[in-house]
Amino acid sequence: MTAPLLNISDVVVDFPMKGFLTKPFRALKGVSLDIAPGETVGLVGESGSGKTTLGRAVLGLAPVTGGSIEFDGVDITHVSTRDRRALSRDIQVVFQDPYSSLNPAMTIGQILEEPLRVAGVGKAAARERIRELLAQVKLPEDSIDRLPRNFSGGQRQRIAIARALALRPRLIVCDEPVSALDLSTQARVLDLMIGIQEDTGVSYLFVSHDLSVVRHISHRVAVMYHGEIVEYGDCAQVTETPVHPYTRKLLMAAPVPNPTEQAARRHERERVLALDDAS
Amino acid sequence: MSDPAVQTPTIPGSPRGGLFSRVIGDKMALTSIIVFVLVLLSALLAPLLTSWDPSRADLDDVLAPAFGEHILGADGSGRDVLARLLYGGRMSLLGAFIALAVALLVGIPTGLIAGYYQKWFDSISSWSANLIMSMPGLIIVLAVISIIGPRMLSVMAVFGILLSPGVFRLTRNGVQSVRKELYIDAAKVSGVGDISIIARHVLGVVKAPLVIQAAMMAGIAIVLQAGLEFLGVGDSSTTSWGQMLNEAFLNIYVAPLMLIWPGVMIGITVGALAIFGTALRDAVQGTQSLPRARKTGSQEVLPAAIEVVDGALRDRDRRGTLLSVEGLRVGYPRADGDTSIVVDGVDLHINRGEVHGVVGESGSGKSQTAFSIMGLLPTGGRVLSGKIEFDGTEFDAGSAKFLTSIRGNRIGYIPQEPMSNLDPTFTLGSQLVEPMRRHLSLSRAAAKTRALELLDRVGIADPRRTFDAYPHEVSGGMAQRVLIAGAVSCDPELLIADEPTTALDVTVQAEVLDLLRSLQQERSMGVMLVTHNFGVVADLCDRVTVMQNGRVVEHGTVGDIFDAPQHPYTQMLLDSTLEGTPPRAPLATEDAR
Repeated sequence: MTAPLLNISDVVVDFPMKGFLTKPFRALKGVSLDIAPGETVGLVGESGSGKTTLGRAVLGLAPVTGGSIEFDGVDITHVSTRDRRALSRDIQVVFQDPYSSLNPAMTIGQILEEPLRVAGVGKAAARERIRELLAQVKLPEDSIDRLPRNFSGGQRQRIAIARALALRPRLIVCDEPVSALDLSTQARVLDLMIGIQEDTGVSYLFVSHDLSVVRHISHRVAVMYHGEIVEYGDCAQVTETPVHPYTRKLLMAAPVPNPTEQAARRHERERVLALDDAS
Repeated sequence: MSDPAVQTPTIPGSPRGGLFSRVIGDKMALTSIIVFVLVLLSALLAPLLTSWDPSRADLDDVLAPAFGEHILGADGSGRDVLARLLYGGRMSLLGAFIALAVALLVGIPTGLIAGYYQKWFDSISSWSANLIMSMPGLIIVLAVISIIGPRMLSVMAVFGILLSPGVFRLTRNGVQSVRKELYIDAAKVSGVGDISIIARHVLGVVKAPLVIQAAMMAGIAIVLQAGLEFLGVGDSSTTSWGQMLNEAFLNIYVAPLMLIWPGVMIGITVGALAIFGTALRDAVQGTQSLPRARKTGSQEVLPAAIEVVDGALRDRDRRGTLLSVEGLRVGYPRADGDTSIVVDGVDLHINRGEVHGVVGESGSGKSQTAFSIMGLLPTGGRVLSGKIEFDGTEFDAGSAKFLTSIRGNRIGYIPQEPMSNLDPTFTLGSQLVEPMRRHLSLSRAAAKTRALELLDRVGIADPRRTFDAYPHEVSGGMAQRVLIAGAVSCDPELLIADEPTTALDVTVQAEVLDLLRSLQQERSMGVMLVTHNFGVVADLCDRVTVMQNGRVVEHGTVGDIFDAPQHPYTQMLLDSTLEGTPPRAPLATEDAR
């Protein structure tokens, strides 16, 4: 087994609540997770489960109060602003909402240029890299001078992926990257991400509420519930033969797009729920 | 569906061109800019426009009439009025400029820092701003004059500080509204420093409102300075519009016209600034009314007839039809005067007691179809043509006659976002009771009993507590149950549900779907279920209509659509579903570096 790229152990995140002497809200209650180079770990859970907070903690956007996050053997739990800036070469992000994650007043070229210029890439080299990136996410070259509002949701998400890839990171935190997209676009963006992973060897921490999306792209899956990981293992095991009752509930709640199979799943769910009630 | 990257659709109705060109395009704004620039030039170029020295007094010319040697006459000390008017503009405009500059220099940086970093700096600066705002400005200015003397430019600088809280608040609120935007987070993750983030991403947002505020403040400063000088607390050795007013007032019975000239200049300047500010605000908010939709031409763009694959259903027994929509077209006016068609000749037939799914991706017009049936189209949207037959009676789609006949108790509606469809200022109970009292003519007590029964029916554990709760006190799933209770409270024959579970967690979605199914079965309502989720369709629907780009591409029974989809678009949608695809295999160790 190779050394993990990202190693999260026992991470606790508390959000201070409004008001004097109010107990802080504990969003993560000691979460441990590891990601190997070139691997996708899916993080699935419902709203309020803490899955997004874990992603933000890795990015340094959430206050970690306990535990540690190691990237490539280096503890990055509480790095200085300067070191965090250096880390931005290695850890990047794709957010859920392709509408608010791109500044509406900047052209695609300016958006993609920003991380490159910050990293000290020269103007000509940056231009060249932007061309590569647009090709990588399969957008036409003349997108450079357009504004985000000229693009559909799926295309905007490709732009956000291109921005994340700009500095050739080793890990990308993907926070519900396809949840705002149409079904047919979802599959295409996921396949694009898988292709990029196979080409570049980047790792993904893939956060989503949708088990079917996570199953499509993840090598391993972690299921979160109330700030804790309740099940963690290989994709097939977690999504097909789950052990934890919550994972089973989650699996059976998702309707299958097939009337016969869905009727069967519904009866199975009703049976399990009745059993739960009885016990 | 060859290459989705090539097409770059533009959003209909989005304003085109930059803010600058829109302001220039606006006649009011352009006129006010020209007027202000002329005033400014007349002050700057005063020596070229008049040969008179504004402070040279000539006893021979005291109160000389206008249109003589002096074009606008001479004042009580024999000084040329026109020259004083032109040179006086320098002082008045400079005073306003100083006040404005101080207000912006103090307000913008503090506002940016307070809004972006918040914490203690925000507390202190907000507190100071509130303190300054609560102080009576005129009294402070008069107090300052009594201390430092009538040095008007310094006084205007002090007035600038009194104006700065307005700038501070505007900046701070603008920054606060964008600092949570994801593109700020994305820039942070990219390693962009705070100062660059503020300069590149934040300042742009507050720029436009600040220009508006600045135009207004400049006007206020000019008026205040003139007012102070008129009251006689100014420096009588300088030339300004306010001083002219003061001196003209002394001779008001002898030469009343002299009061007019400085008054007109002040009026024109302040008016131009105010109109410019308003026009700019309109341009920023895009409040100019959209041109009315052109009626001509909308008919000839009618496309080829829609392809109805399932021919057998067309000839079904009409007696079973609850709602029948034919040739529905809905359009939105575009900025260029054209109409963008979002629903284009849609036919829809819903039988009694049937759950009818309407599926499609965003932009397919499925929600617009539902909205137009209920007369709930967003602003600007219009039903262009179409017939609706409801329960055997035929109406024009969108007509008032139809809407009054169905609203209330014949069609119930379940929205996508439960929270935004509940009024936060009323308890859930009162929002349930009110329609029942109106449409079922129940007494308050009877309506309450029925509401509690309904809440119990939709699976709320403690109906009494929920009845008394406000919307913010319940979860999204709970709010959706309350809305479902409201939708069925008046025993509708048709329930229109627009993506009723999209905003909910998957486990809550399953419960809500169960609830909808059992309610539909026990009341045998017709249900129009708008959704993008084929899983939801498979779970609930009897028949399905598939829509794409405002048209129906296929309709049929749920079995036919899933087992043998005919239209390539339906096939593509079903193929792209991820449910049931094989899970990704674990990462092989040799793949890892």
